[in-house]
Amino acid sequence: MTQQTHPYSIELEGISKRFGAVQANKNIDLQVPTGTIHGIIGENGAGKSTLMSIIYGFYEADSGSISIDGQQVAIRNSQDAINVGIGMVHQHFMLVENFSVLENVILGAEGGAVLKQGMDAAREELKRLEQEYSLDIDVDAIVEDLPVGLQQRVEILKALYRGAKILILDEPTGVLTPQEADHLFRILKSLKEQGVTVILITHKLREILASTDNVSVMRQGEMVAHRETSKTDKEELAELMVGKKVRLKVNKDEAKPEQTVLSAKDLSFFDGQGVERLKKVSLELKAGEILGIAGVSGNGQSELLNVLSGITPMASGEIQFAGQTITASEPKNAAQMRDLKMAHVPEDRHKMGLVTGFEAYEAAVLGYHDSEAYNGSVLMKRSAMLEECNERMAAWDVRPPNPHLKTANFSGGNQQKIVIAREVEQNPNVLLIGQPTRGVDIGAIENIHEQIVKLRDAGKAILLVSVELDEIMALSDRIIVMFDGAVVGEVSANEADERTLGLMMANAWNEGQGAQA
Amino acid sequence: MFETLILILDATLRVSTPLILAALAGLFSERSGIVDIGLEGKMLAGAFAAAAAAAVFGSAWIGLLFAIAASVSLALIHGFACITHRGDHIVSGVAINTIVAGLTVTLGLDWFDQGGQTPSLTGDARFTPITFPFADQLADVPVIGLIYSELLSGHNILVYLAFAMVPLTYWIVFKTRFGLRLRAVGENPHAVDTAGISVALVRYRAVIICGILCGLAGAYLSTAHNAGFLKDMSAGKGYMALAALIFGKWRPVPVLCACLLFGFLDALAVRLQGVSLPGIGEVPVQAIEVLPYVLTVLLLAGFIGKAVGPKAIGKPYVKERA
Repeated sequence: MTQQTHPYSIELEGISKRFGAVQANKNIDLQVPTGTIHGIIGENGAGKSTLMSIIYGFYEADSGSISIDGQQVAIRNSQDAINVGIGMVHQHFMLVENFSVLENVILGAEGGAVLKQGMDAAREELKRLEQEYSLDIDVDAIVEDLPVGLQQRVEILKALYRGAKILILDEPTGVLTPQEADHLFRILKSLKEQGVTVILITHKLREILASTDNVSVMRQGEMVAHRETSKTDKEELAELMVGKKVRLKVNKDEAKPEQTVLSAKDLSFFDGQGVERLKKVSLELKAGEILGIAGVSGNGQSELLNVLSGITPMASGEIQFAGQTITASEPKNAAQMRDLKMAHVPEDRHKMGLVTGFEAYEAAVLGYHDSEAYNGSVLMKRSAMLEECNERMAAWDVRPPNPHLKTANFSGGNQQKIVIAREVEQNPNVLLIGQPTRGVDIGAIENIHEQIVKLRDAGKAILLVSVELDEIMALSDRIIVMFDGAVVGEVSANEADERTLGLMMANAWNEGQGAQA
Repeated sequence: MFETLILILDATLRVSTPLILAALAGLFSERSGIVDIGLEGKMLAGAFAAAAAAAVFGSAWIGLLFAIAASVSLALIHGFACITHRGDHIVSGVAINTIVAGLTVTLGLDWFDQGGQTPSLTGDARFTPITFPFADQLADVPVIGLIYSELLSGHNILVYLAFAMVPLTYWIVFKTRFGLRLRAVGENPHAVDTAGISVALVRYRAVIICGILCGLAGAYLSTAHNAGFLKDMSAGKGYMALAALIFGKWRPVPVLCACLLFGFLDALAVRLQGVSLPGIGEVPVQAIEVLPYVLTVLLLAGFIGKAVGPKAIGKPYVKERA
């Protein structure tokens, strides 16, 4: 289309953006060579998403300039960005779920007031694009029926259909199985071969190293380094990201599992629509071990946590715990499970772990609010709650250490510390912990991981659910893989490797042969 | 017997007309994600404006324009509250209903001094029945003649317009660019925004269309179905339309069927008043009048399955801060 000779397809100069007191982007410079895959890494809150939102016209920068193919452009809204050839695949897909693929793709680029003509033309064009990049999508399928990997390809297709020459992907692999992620990277590579410039935002070092040509590192709103990917390594990038040397491994000794403290047999659960979400799940949890549950999100892990913790009643099966037998006809609710010394850090701290409108000291007693320590004869003992909250904030390094701050105003990592501290400080025998480090920055991840291991070494039993395979592998002593509501495999941590686990997560693992799906 | 049936069906069409218009109005609004409990109020305001203007200017058409203007103004207020200021849709809708219920009577008293009513409309100030060609000649032909001359012919223009609006709405919602964006914005406004389309603009257009249709429904009530405005003459039809909209799962043709069913029950109720049924005897008027409402509750409660509306309905659109 254009002369296609300018060395940089996108150049940023001195981009700054401030939200109130927070300087989200500070004087950012970036040059992305045309036809390359460019990685941008940084911790949560480093300003990556803000920067990309500026490029895509969601926010306007306070200062600085953006040039596309050497031409300075003004991008005030998404339409401007689309017009200069920028396409974006958001972390949370921007798709209308009950629309067909075709309808989603043409939305905003319908080609005329009546759909028929534009749709026919689009169908042809999509067929071409789909073959050219081997996207493998049925354009008449309804989006909500497609697996996430395919939904993501619809997003890519949307961008390509609008003639995107620059494709930005924000944390694209968070929801994908390793195999789907591999497929994505193959697609990105073929895009690159066709001259498309790809910007990949992620916090996963492995992906950066495996797929990019160049990488830029952001830290606290600033661009701190640019590297050629071939001339750097995991350790250097990690160090640049956090600004200090980090361990990528969790330091822990061999587990010394003791007696079984919780055993579940044939647990089943049906959701409101009558879909079987848990299919005869059995597991045993021993004192002094961390049992990791791996799986792509939505394969029954959440339901398992809810059933074990007493939040939702099981349909059938039984749980043996603390000398009690819990069945569908003799259920125990969440409060009763807590009394039996089972603590639960829910997967979604905003929905289930905290009341975000509460002040920190109030949130820090949720679930234990009836305990004598916090209650006088009529009123709650506010000073006792505050005192304890202060102590915990000091012990867990919660910042800012202000018990009166609303929990909504803490960063993700600090919110999570408040929740975990609340559960762990009750000295439970079993800790169920879901996505302990989702949306948590690297410094806090390390801290949280250490605490989990410490708890294990104190002889407690820990059930860890996480969609981050790295986390499961680093922490667990034993790993169970769930797929479609059922346990599809169990491996000990020493034997586990990512390929095996990934295949199990996609239910493509046949023991003995290990065939690729 | 056959003639009675035709007469009931004929009445059904008349009674259904405002329901159809209001339900389609709600369809546009709710498909865009804006809950509209204010159909009732907009219809009532339309009815008052139509009757008042028709009385003053002596023309039903001028009345119609005023009805649309009044209803669209209210729709824009609702839009301003819900779209621009992200207010609660229900509160805004209820406020509109309450204001209109009081304001129409107050203005009526002040302007016309007839106890809140508008003067009786005659001649050109009303929409009169349109007689199809040869309707009178064919009236005596068995079966077909009756259907043609009684059922199809002899309604006013707004009745035909209401029925024509159903395929038109279907076409707009499912076959045009505007319709695609309308449906998208009610399902996932973020997707619309990132596609470079203004969410607010699509929603404003939807509420304006909603206002126009409610205006038509209101004008029908006061200048076609009746000959003047009466206090609270919309009598819950806006809520019935909303029920029909949900019953019809936000799709034009099922919504039409729901409106016709409600209209039929209404017509039947009128017909059955004072009639002695075999084996039952005379049914009290009140019991018959309550029938459509009881049926609505029963149908909504159990017989139509889960009505899943547009996903983003009632939720203000806020660009998320990443």
